[in-house]
Amino acid sequence: MHELSICGSIADIVTRRAAGRAVKVINVRVGQLRQVVPDTLVYCWELVSADTPLAGSRISIEAVPARIRCRSCDQVTDVGAIPVFACGGCGGFDAEVVSGEEFLITSLELAGEVASS
Amino acid sequence: MGRFHRHDDGTVHDTDTDTEHTGDHAHDTGDHSGYATGGERVEVLERIFDENDKTAAANRAQFAAAGVRVVNLMSSPGAGKTTLLRETLGRLAGQVRVGIIEGDIETSLDADRLAGFGAEVALINTGNGFGGECHLDAPMVRSALPRLPLGDLDLVLIENVGNLVCPAEFDVGEDARAMVYAITEGEEKPLKYPVMFRSCGLVVVNKVDLLPYLGFDMDEFLGNLRKVNPAAEVMLMSARTGEGVDAWCDWLRALP
Repeated sequence: MHELSICGSIADIVTRRAAGRAVKVINVRVGQLRQVVPDTLVYCWELVSADTPLAGSRISIEAVPARIRCRSCDQVTDVGAIPVFACGGCGGFDAEVVSGEEFLITSLELAGEVASS
Repeated sequence: MGRFHRHDDGTVHDTDTDTEHTGDHAHDTGDHSGYATGGERVEVLERIFDENDKTAAANRAQFAAAGVRVVNLMSSPGAGKTTLLRETLGRLAGQVRVGIIEGDIETSLDADRLAGFGAEVALINTGNGFGGECHLDAPMVRSALPRLPLGDLDLVLIENVGNLVCPAEFDVGEDARAMVYAITEGEEKPLKYPVMFRSCGLVVVNKVDLLPYLGFDMDEFLGNLRKVNPAAEVMLMSARTGEGVDAWCDWLRALP
């Protein structure tokens, strides 16, 4: 349940970047290797944002699959739901993660009217 | 946790359709007209763990300035972290000056078990009114530093909250990550908790004194570990009988 503390961090960033403007949607990019449960994040956001200027805003999640690139043959492989960090081409394990570790706020969608600040 | 999400008013929707970005990495530059009711879009591109990671860097700098090596020790509940620490303190006494940062949701039970071994113990209870944080983060570790005489220590061992998920996400400023894995947990956990197993340089496989009594397949476990973390160092141990504890102490002494 680290989604609760994550929502605290999200609230800090959004409050600073919104600078008093009303926020409708917070777009968050989450890699597969980030152990964030989307529903839990959405639910925790309701708890954390309630009774704050961000109440009523919602989190929209863009999921990014985990992929590795083989250092031997350069092939890019999906890690898969049951994760195996082996190259799909040569079977080698010497690979680097090229996606799936993202966890960032990409953008905010404002409500179109300026909230009192 | 399922995909469906119930609101107080009784409506249920599928978050996969509700959160229309799901599974579509390229979507970010795409059509957001579903939301665009005259509102402006503000690009942010800020990492959510940025604040934690800045504090972790500050912790790391403070540890380095004091000449202290720091290990973040993680495991599921009951894998044997505290028993291992107790055995470790007994063996390192008089040679290596050790401080412990002990994370627990509630109680000082683990800290009490480590008292009397000559190490400074700083307890962090992570209870926060919501059932407690399931991990230590960098600010929590920072809050414990004034309670440790860093200048008089060689090594700080951080006993994280017992949990195979959340602690792996938070850099707390450690030099190395190790996990204690008990063979009673079965062979398949590396595949279920790959982030944790990938994040550790050392996996201590504990409770090997129980091997004759369990159907544990060590080769299968090690194969699963290799699938997610081929580079992990592995140490077989029974913290209870003492088998393998000296090798662990040597690993601690040799930390770069």
